[in-house]
Amino acid sequence: MGNILQVENLSVTYGTHTGEIQAVRDVSFTIEEGAVTAIVGESGCGKSVTSKSIMGLIQKPGMVAGESKILFRGENILAYTKKQWDSYRGQKCSMIFQDALTALNPTMNIGRQVTEKIMAHEKISRQKAWQEGIRMLKLVGIPNAPMRMKQYPHEFSGGMRQRVMIAIALTLNPQLLIADEPTTALDVTVQADILDMMKGIQQEHGMTVILITHDLGIVADCARHIIVMYAGKVVETGSAEDIFYRPAHPYTKALLSAVPRLDLEQGHLETIEGAPPNMANPPKGCPFADRCPRRLPVCGKEFPQNTRLSESHQVCCWLQRGSE
Amino acid sequence: MSHFIGKRLVQMAVVFVFVSMFAFSIIYFSPGDPLYLYTSPSVSVYKMTDEQLEDMRESLGLTGNAAQRYLNWAGKMLHGDWGLSVSNHQPVKKQIMDKLPNTIGLMGAALLLSVILAIPLGLLAGSYKNKWVDNIISGISYLGISLPAFWFGIMLIIVFSLKLGWFPSSGMRTIGVNSAADVVRHGVLPVIVLSVNNTAVFVRYIRSNTIEQREEEYVMTAISKGVPKIQVMYRHVLKNCLLPIITMVGMNFGTLITGSFIVESVFGWPGLGTLCMDAINSRDYTMIMGITMLACIVLLIGNFLADILYGFADPRIKRGEEKENG
Amino acid sequence: MDRKVMKKVFFSNKMTVLCTGLLLAVMAASLLAPLSPYDPDAVNVAEKLQGMSSKHIFGTDSLGRDTFTRALYGGRVSLLVGFAAMCVAVFIGTFIGTVSGYKGGKVDSICMRVVDVFLSVPSLLFIIVVYAFMPRNMVTLVLMLASFSWTKVARVVRAQTLTLKERDFVTAAKALGVGQSTVIWRHIIPNLMPQIIVASSLSIANAILDESALSFLGYGIQLPMASWGSMLQSAQQYILYNPICAVIPGSLILITVLCFNVMGDMLQQILDPKLVK
Repeated sequence: MGNILQVENLSVTYGTHTGEIQAVRDVSFTIEEGAVTAIVGESGCGKSVTSKSIMGLIQKPGMVAGESKILFRGENILAYTKKQWDSYRGQKCSMIFQDALTALNPTMNIGRQVTEKIMAHEKISRQKAWQEGIRMLKLVGIPNAPMRMKQYPHEFSGGMRQRVMIAIALTLNPQLLIADEPTTALDVTVQADILDMMKGIQQEHGMTVILITHDLGIVADCARHIIVMYAGKVVETGSAEDIFYRPAHPYTKALLSAVPRLDLEQGHLETIEGAPPNMANPPKGCPFADRCPRRLPVCGKEFPQNTRLSESHQVCCWLQRGSE
Repeated sequence: MSHFIGKRLVQMAVVFVFVSMFAFSIIYFSPGDPLYLYTSPSVSVYKMTDEQLEDMRESLGLTGNAAQRYLNWAGKMLHGDWGLSVSNHQPVKKQIMDKLPNTIGLMGAALLLSVILAIPLGLLAGSYKNKWVDNIISGISYLGISLPAFWFGIMLIIVFSLKLGWFPSSGMRTIGVNSAADVVRHGVLPVIVLSVNNTAVFVRYIRSNTIEQREEEYVMTAISKGVPKIQVMYRHVLKNCLLPIITMVGMNFGTLITGSFIVESVFGWPGLGTLCMDAINSRDYTMIMGITMLACIVLLIGNFLADILYGFADPRIKRGEEKENG
Repeated sequence: MDRKVMKKVFFSNKMTVLCTGLLLAVMAASLLAPLSPYDPDAVNVAEKLQGMSSKHIFGTDSLGRDTFTRALYGGRVSLLVGFAAMCVAVFIGTFIGTVSGYKGGKVDSICMRVVDVFLSVPSLLFIIVVYAFMPRNMVTLVLMLASFSWTKVARVVRAQTLTLKERDFVTAAKALGVGQSTVIWRHIIPNLMPQIIVASSLSIANAILDESALSFLGYGIQLPMASWGSMLQSAQQYILYNPICAVIPGSLILITVLCFNVMGDMLQQILDPKLVK
């Protein structure tokens, strides 16, 4: 299948008292239609900012650089007018936020929050929208949906709240769904239920999903493609097999060895030494250089160009350029 | 909800007891024999025998230690016997109740004006944070919280009464005129002065609230649903911004009461404030006590009503309690 | 945030610089009041109620005293009372706030109920009533003002203490066996400084405002001493003849209070960790 989304040279900065934070720096990647693509990286690596840019949710003091392009089915959404944005958001592209407790309005009942989206895009009566809302709640596995519609967010359990969040995102069948750490705030058992439910719906509708997470465990289960980000840069992209079996970037390797595994007899869990660089003043060379066990002299001086290892697999690392 | 109301009632009672102890200490520590504070001159205390005096003392509950006397006094207060004024020997309660409507009217009008002005101004300033609209509104609200109300009153009198002659400079009615319009004309300046401080406080509060709410994640969710931003503002942000104002109004009741006392004394408005100042100047202890108690009651009721109203307006409280109760 | 950044932010904000400058000017003028050629209390009936002139730049009052000179001396009293009341309020507020927040439990709930009681009475009325029974001097005035303004400081300090006491350096100190009072004094209070400074600035503004209101009503500074508020009281009768008498002290109160309020708010914004993130 073709690509539904193409991100080109995306840069996002945040102005603060202490200087300009470069949250996302010159990032490019593509998202295949009908598949699940995961963006992984530790917190602060720019993955959330990237997803917000795709939804057009970057707000002051954040700024998307002028040369950035995000092409949705070939159209640059960054050049959209307000009206175009409104019809794009929710209908073509939808988002699930991490913490449903803060992402839902505490003083509005669930029904209104679900139907609000339908009413914003389609000219249908309130009753019909309400029925559609009930159908969506049922779809994501919320029992007693008609009664639940009249309740408020604080009356739901954490897992149920996240299901509501997902129901809202899935309403109107968006072509692209961004799930930003959809299960991080939940218990492990609830997490599995919700991921299964999401996977089912994704496969049934052939929906394109961008899954943002720091948990490689989740990714292995459901993603077809993986994008690894570090310090505002994409350091490696590839199919799930590429990343899990043939990781090329030292950071990806470190990340993988930091995942607890039950199938291997490990003495202890690996950790990555050091901390990510200060994004107000990022290093000129490879941002991982300071923590990299296989650092070369050139690493600190210049950021490596993209190296294509295979049809699907690309990496930004001097070690790989050397072998080219 | 009932649980919540009950808790607040208990809290109120505690505060009320403290306040009443304070008020009681006014009369307890006041110089002179309190007997004279309770008797009118027609009962000539001076001609009584000691025995008669003692009888009277006992019947008035002025014997025994401080605790007994306090209980006695508190009982009387609760039964509506607030004693006689020291200076004119008329019942305190009646004099206070005569003036109370004037003060309540002033306070109510000022509160209404504050809220009506503050809501749009605060929302506007918060929505255009650090733009010129916000700078102007915030600047004026800074002036508002820093303005000495009595001085502002004097300045208004100079300009609008003495120079322009638009409004009368003091009192509540022109002698010989008995119309509502006349009272309103007298009330314009006092109400403006009384509302300035509250308006400024409310504006600042609503502004910072608006800024905070706009940054909440649910706003992002709403925008990501494709709801136009203006609709997001009035459907989501507005309600959550305005809810806490109810609490704010309750909390500012104290300022409103003391403010009304000052404003009344600047404009010679015949309300509780003027009555209180006169009482203090003439050392009319029973009157001071009565007014202090009443001011506290008004304040407590104001706070209480605000809390209850908030409980009904915010689903988080209402629903939460219902669930707790069954 | 480190000091350098704080300084930079402080000086890059025009409002804070302007307010600091104005405040320093008002303070300096009050301190230098004796340089004025006029005696603030010298009665000169021949020159009473004069308007602005080169001789008396802000005119004279009903007793022929130079308004400008009196305003400078009045400033000394107003600022002194405001400053003293703030000190007492901040001291009590910080003490109660830290102890209440740090100890928690019963101590905390008792302290907070006391705060509630103080917050739910009309303060100015209480001050006036109590003042009617007290010796009327500056010390009682300061104590009265402070007794109703410490509650705000206590609340802010308590809230901050609650978060501070969970922080690692406090836990570490406790684990090392450092005594409670030492933990509060060495580890909590120094970290409360930003909040205390902000509260001080706002509290001084309130104290000056309340003092002026009390003095205006005749329950504050007593004659022959004069503050800006009591100057207004005596000017009220003559506003028709010489409004300038009332304009000057009031404007001074307004400017001073405004500057303290703006400064407090700006400091709060600068010190707000949310913005530094």
